[in-house]
Amino acid sequence: MPTMNMLQAINNALDIAMAEDEKVICFGEDVGVFGGVFRATSHLQEKYGKARCFNTPLVEQGIIGFANGLAAQGSVPVAEIQFADYIFPAFDQIVNETAKFRYRSGDLFNVGGLTIRTPYGGGIAGGLYHSQSPEAYFTHTPGLKVVVPRNPYQAKGLLLAAIRDPDPVLYLEPKRLYRAAVGDVPEEDYQLPIGEAEVIKEGSDITLVGWGAQMEVIGKAAELAEEQGIACEVIDLRTLLPWDADTVAESVFKTGRLIVSHEAPLTGGFAGEIAATIQERCFLYLESPISRVTGLDTPFPLVLEKEYLPDHLKIFEAIRESVNF
Amino acid sequence: MTEYVHQPRFMTGDEFSIDTFCLLNPEGELYQGASEPALERDHARRLYQAMLATRILDERMMAAQRQGRLSFYMQCTGEEAAVVGAAAALDDADMIMAQYREQGALMYRGFSIDEFMNQLFGNELDYGKGRQMPIHYGSRKLHYMTISSPLATQIPQATGYAYGQKLAGDGHCTLTFFGEGAASEGDFHAALNMASVHQVPVIFFCRNNGYAISTPSTEQFAADGIAPRAFGYHMHVIRVDGNDALAVFEATTQARKIAVEQNQPVLIEAMSYRLAAHSSSDDPSGYRSKDEEEVWRAKDPLLRLQKWLVKKGWWSDEEEASQQETLRREVLDTMKRAEKRSSPPLDSLISDVYADVTPALQRQLDQLKRHIRRYPDAYPKGAKSLDLDVDPANHSQGEV
Repeated sequence: MPTMNMLQAINNALDIAMAEDEKVICFGEDVGVFGGVFRATSHLQEKYGKARCFNTPLVEQGIIGFANGLAAQGSVPVAEIQFADYIFPAFDQIVNETAKFRYRSGDLFNVGGLTIRTPYGGGIAGGLYHSQSPEAYFTHTPGLKVVVPRNPYQAKGLLLAAIRDPDPVLYLEPKRLYRAAVGDVPEEDYQLPIGEAEVIKEGSDITLVGWGAQMEVIGKAAELAEEQGIACEVIDLRTLLPWDADTVAESVFKTGRLIVSHEAPLTGGFAGEIAATIQERCFLYLESPISRVTGLDTPFPLVLEKEYLPDHLKIFEAIRESVNF
Repeated sequence: MTEYVHQPRFMTGDEFSIDTFCLLNPEGELYQGASEPALERDHARRLYQAMLATRILDERMMAAQRQGRLSFYMQCTGEEAAVVGAAAALDDADMIMAQYREQGALMYRGFSIDEFMNQLFGNELDYGKGRQMPIHYGSRKLHYMTISSPLATQIPQATGYAYGQKLAGDGHCTLTFFGEGAASEGDFHAALNMASVHQVPVIFFCRNNGYAISTPSTEQFAADGIAPRAFGYHMHVIRVDGNDALAVFEATTQARKIAVEQNQPVLIEAMSYRLAAHSSSDDPSGYRSKDEEEVWRAKDPLLRLQKWLVKKGWWSDEEEASQQETLRREVLDTMKRAEKRSSPPLDSLISDVYADVTPALQRQLDQLKRHIRRYPDAYPKGAKSLDLDVDPANHSQGEV
């Protein structure tokens, strides 16, 4: 099995999707000859031509508006927003149009073929406009699916699933891991399920939930806890909308404790949604308050990003507090 | 190619102006030097009849709104020639992506009065399942994209849709309607730029009707209308008398040729006037004079085309009277039927959010049903679609 980094896995998934279906069309800022600022679309224009892989003008609302129309026509657009921080000019097209197309037309029209790819997250010295995790803005919008992979294997399987999914998918790529995460990735076509969390590691004392780049940090915290004799169950949500509450609840029934971690700010973050749902479902099983380890309620900083980010030590401390509650 | 000069020279665009294409004068006669477009008798009659039907539907539904039978309405009045004239120049399978005031195009394509009513009343037969306010029509069969309330969002979508048509190579194009107010939105500029750069067969049709709700066009843009913007995007453009159905038809016919044969976008600016209010919630007497409206009433697009048709012997006063009578009766009859129909079923609350209903949505609906069973009188529409005799215990699956 070949070894790939996350970018190679994403590029490989796009290559497979474009080879299989000529309706798959990739576009965005700099995605053409250059292959995207991170090179996720390398060689696609060379292979599939300028009509199916091309640069757009620098206009996010235009990219997604165009993508909505193209998807409504029956094509399968994979639109790239160069950084998730720059998705906001396209916010109206995503939340008012993409998300509501099928519903408002009574299923006469839909943009289910649409996938929006965008790099998100911190840890790359990107400062406040190249580090944000905007997932919560979109998880509040019925009609979208929000998917986040954690490693190259997941990235390929989830992206292929997203492209073929009958609903529009916002696919958030943890850019810190683009080259840092390397692993075995099958060359052939495969899909991983959208809407299902994955229990990465079983444990009986506490449940740790996260997604994307945060899974690596959570894994390290779990190792520290293991050394103290605390058995952590680690769950990667993989899909944030619609999210797999059953898998998390099942785990909390067993462990009685839950920590949710994300890079985005605390207030209004998706951890709040998980905490509320789980206390509703598992109230009598909880041994300690559900805890959130997140970024601060500030814009993302530059020089002090290590301090800002929820890391393995902060999560480890939260584990100790929960276990000793 | 730029010319190098050695004294500063600032340009404002006043150096050139865009002319207005017109064929019919207000008396329904061709202007001197104008040629009649290739429009056959039946086609011309279909065009006019759609304009007439739109006028009558609008009058009746506005009255129905005033009687409290309808929550909201928007009229096409004054702009029928611009809208129907454009639709008549398209192939019926070309996509139309409208703003909200273009029911005339849908009328031309054959959307029945029944279909209009079902949407206006949001009943169980509404294709949109009672989810949107009145006037948000859509028809897949008639290639008319369902209307969306947010302004101008359809414009870049039209560019994308037409790009897909180009790749499919089926010889079709997309026409998108919008007002001069919507042309202020970023979406407009994004759409034109992308269409021009990517050589997309799309027609951008601006209905310049003088007002964006209450804001006159003098406060909407500083330039000579919307048309000059096309130069900035290196796009074909034509300005046309929007009250002259023949001119609109001819301009759009030629625009369509450019779009599908050359894969080039075209901007059309139709100069017209919104004779009616912005919507049933608006009162234009607060921001414009009756005198101003009267000037435009004298340019009524229906009368102008009607006179031309009569002169050609393709229409008569008798036909006019009987058509008007038939349409008025049909509108009233279908309105009565549509009003009485049931609301969409309760289950439609959660369908079409996703391709398949998610477990979370099913759980929320089940919970809602249990609640409505307890208080059926408080939710008469929802309770009507529940079989209240069924034991609720059987409906508790998915309980948290």
